[in-house]
Amino acid sequence: MTEHMERQQKSGRSLQAGPGEPAGLYVHVPFCSGKCAYCDFFSITDLGRAADWAGLVRREAGLLGGSFEPFDTLYLGGGTPSILGVETLDLLIGTLRRELSFLPDTEITLEVNPEDVRPEGLSAYRAMGVNRISMGIQSLDDRVLRFLGRRHSAVRALGALQDILNAGFQSVSVDLIYGVPGQDSAGWMETLSCVLEHGPQHISCYELTVSPGTLLSERIASGEAFMPDEDDLRAMFLATSRRLEAGGFTHYEVSNFARPGHESRHNRKYWRRAPYLGLGPGAHSFKHPLRWWNPPSLDLYAEQLSLNTRPSDCREVLTPEQDVLERLWLGFRTLDGVDSNDLAGAVHADQIARDLERSGLVTRNGPRLVPTTQGFLVSDRLPLLFAA
Amino acid sequence: MIHIRNFSIIAHIDHGKSTLADRLIQHAGLVTDRDFRDQILDTMDIERERGITIKSQTVTLPYTSQDGKTYRLNLIDTPGHVDFSYEVSRALASCDGVLLLVDASQGVEAQTVANVYLALDHDLEIIPVINKIDLPAADVDRVRAQIEGELGLDAEEAVLCSAKEGVGIEDVLETVVRRIPPPSGDAARPLSALVFDAHYDPFRGVIVSCRILDGSLKKGDTLRFMSNRACYRVEEVGFFRLRRDPQAALSAGDVGYVIAGIKDIATARIGDTITLDERPAEKPLPGFRKVKPMVFSSLYPVASDEYEDLKEALEKYTLNDAALSFQKDASAALGQGFRCGFLGLLHLEIVQERLEREYGISLVMTAPSVQYRVHLRSGNTIVVDNPQEYPDPMEVESTEEPFIRAHILVPEKHLGAVMSLCMERRGVQPRTAFPSPERVELTVDLPLVEVIYDFYDRLKTVSQGYGSLDYEMLDYRSSNLVKLDILINGEKVDALSVIVHEDRAREWGLRVCERLKKEIPRHQFKIPIQGAIGGKIIARSTISAFRKDVTAKCYGGDITRKRKLLEKQKKGKKRMKMVGSVMIPQSAFVAALKSEND
Repeated sequence: MTEHMERQQKSGRSLQAGPGEPAGLYVHVPFCSGKCAYCDFFSITDLGRAADWAGLVRREAGLLGGSFEPFDTLYLGGGTPSILGVETLDLLIGTLRRELSFLPDTEITLEVNPEDVRPEGLSAYRAMGVNRISMGIQSLDDRVLRFLGRRHSAVRALGALQDILNAGFQSVSVDLIYGVPGQDSAGWMETLSCVLEHGPQHISCYELTVSPGTLLSERIASGEAFMPDEDDLRAMFLATSRRLEAGGFTHYEVSNFARPGHESRHNRKYWRRAPYLGLGPGAHSFKHPLRWWNPPSLDLYAEQLSLNTRPSDCREVLTPEQDVLERLWLGFRTLDGVDSNDLAGAVHADQIARDLERSGLVTRNGPRLVPTTQGFLVSDRLPLLFAA
Repeated sequence: MIHIRNFSIIAHIDHGKSTLADRLIQHAGLVTDRDFRDQILDTMDIERERGITIKSQTVTLPYTSQDGKTYRLNLIDTPGHVDFSYEVSRALASCDGVLLLVDASQGVEAQTVANVYLALDHDLEIIPVINKIDLPAADVDRVRAQIEGELGLDAEEAVLCSAKEGVGIEDVLETVVRRIPPPSGDAARPLSALVFDAHYDPFRGVIVSCRILDGSLKKGDTLRFMSNRACYRVEEVGFFRLRRDPQAALSAGDVGYVIAGIKDIATARIGDTITLDERPAEKPLPGFRKVKPMVFSSLYPVASDEYEDLKEALEKYTLNDAALSFQKDASAALGQGFRCGFLGLLHLEIVQERLEREYGISLVMTAPSVQYRVHLRSGNTIVVDNPQEYPDPMEVESTEEPFIRAHILVPEKHLGAVMSLCMERRGVQPRTAFPSPERVELTVDLPLVEVIYDFYDRLKTVSQGYGSLDYEMLDYRSSNLVKLDILINGEKVDALSVIVHEDRAREWGLRVCERLKKEIPRHQFKIPIQGAIGGKIIARSTISAFRKDVTAKCYGGDITRKRKLLEKQKKGKKRMKMVGSVMIPQSAFVAALKSEND
């Protein structure tokens, strides 16, 4: 109990995401040099369209930005934002910062791939205001990297990480993937230890997800590759949590670990249901009670912007029921947990909560139920238990 | 009236009754061959699937005899299973004679004998008909000998036919005309009509099937049900010719239907007598043999908001199936439902299937029980058919359960297997007799509860389909009964409690625990399942905790995609019952009561 309360204090910030919380701004950069085996995100390789894309994003920002201001995060994700030239990025960030209002101390995150990292580029990023770098390393095992279809090596990744850390950003985050076919638990722990030694402030560890339509799903379907079984994945999840917590990180969300004060301010907005505006093709936005999303195609996105319409299958108004379900589901993903008042409508809510507590899946913190590490493992189930 | 014949076909199951009925209908030209569906009288899906007749249906056949006169033959179909003796008795009371159908290769079976006694009880002319004479294994002489030896009927007069091949159909019809007496009765006397069936039509209200004994009934008359004095204005009368065929009037000797705008389905009671309001009969017709339910089980709707629908469905159902009784029941685990009484387990299964199929209600059903006698220390004796009403063991002095005497006919080579089945079911005092060279009649006393519970199925299995069963109620005998409770995650699930013999309790408990373990999905916590007598645990199993269910990443703030999946799962959950914090699917309740070898 105390351990979890401690973790929670370490994770800091207020528990309640009020409507007053500043908005986040996300920009989807849909360009990649190639397709990774597991990725089902929208991306294209034709960099010749970058200028078009940037123009559309600026236009969308002008149309929608006003109703979200002020922002306190800007997140350039992808795709591979680092594939864009420094000038293009500078122009884009500069325009957004000029035309929209950002609070002082805004968190500006840029996603980069190791193969794009150069010392001179890093200083340029800093100059344009980027204060947080998130690098997709995924693994430090070259066989795993090849299987995933990544276009860098372990050596290159570690070199890039060192360069980034040396460049003086406030926060550096590393993305890793585990549960990859052919990867054993020892190899994964080695990757983790090696990353820890270099000292980033934030680490995301994602279990590999097989999405339909990807090269990975074909390989699984054809029997060319085998996903690890549930018990192995579970063991890796728990071992990851133990290793990183021992290394001074807080396991503050299912797949996210941070040194105190280095939680991703931007990603937290998704889980806490703070308002966020997503610009670019395939990007998602939320402003209670509305959710909407752009088509995952540059042409359709352009067309929609020029007509200034949004088809009904690209937006929704949350019903009170959906509202509660989201609060529960997302709440159980983080150390914020959920408010008991949101459970009041459920049958036998008190008893279910007591059972969960007894089973070590949640702890109680005042009026809130907070998932334990074991609870994170089943966090998609927890909201269903409390369905009205 | 002298040109009317009212008759039924009685037979052992599988001896070809439905096929013969089909041929008679075809011969009468009521349907064109192209429209013909096999087993026309069995209109319900379940009957067709199981090959048994559940509901009596009547049809009026026009037939021109060799004497040149045209007759009206009323064929009243009867159910062919031991569970449905009540419906058989209703049908027989409306007849003047029966065709006793015997399979030319299988010969006289236990049920054939039982049916003959029923027909004799109603003082009916019995015409033996030997069917399936086309089969290679047919042995007409042997069957004739059986009919004379075992049934005491004159086999010289037996009609030979093959309903399947359409051979001898004309002979059957001629014999009906010649040997079954025309109905007696007086059209001038006050109306006296026997209600032997009824069903509900959403547009016309209750459709009453009746046999007119005396008097007549026409559109515009005001009829009166003699038991409750309810009066209705007649809208339509007619004959059943597969569909309703309106007539100007029904009079003495006729079998037909009456529509009188009866919306209150409880009014038309099967076995009641209809008369005319302005000129009533002196007294009602002698009552039908009232059959008491022997098997009890509680029905609950899976969705608790379907309680009212279930109530309405049961009300409509009992109109058509007088043997089903029901009253309110309630369970902490399952909410509001009904305690129902059935003739037997097959009756129970059919009611369940029809309620689900025809009324669209998903049901949870508790383990079938019989009526037990419990002698209390206080000196009182109570009758208990519902485990929920079983007294505290401390108050119980002794217990008794009903026994039956089973007569099982089986080829000799299967006797050993059948004997061990009977011993396994706590059978006592087995006796054997040899009515014919290859067949053994095993007589054994068994607890009723052991017979209602899948005994017939098991008998068929161990005798490779040859065993037949008939039984009669004996008496109550002293027996060590206990109430076995099932606890899920420490919570007693009242709907799963059963009253069982002490020696069978552990076996039952283990089976239920294992079944539930298979059917209940894993949860976030370990779920112990226990069988307990009083506070003593006698069986247990454990469902391990759900280990992992989590989405790694919500890409770029896309919350919608996963939430939609959760909404879907949430919907599925609504079809489950919550017991404490455990979700139990309907299938778990169903599985818990299934028979041992499924």
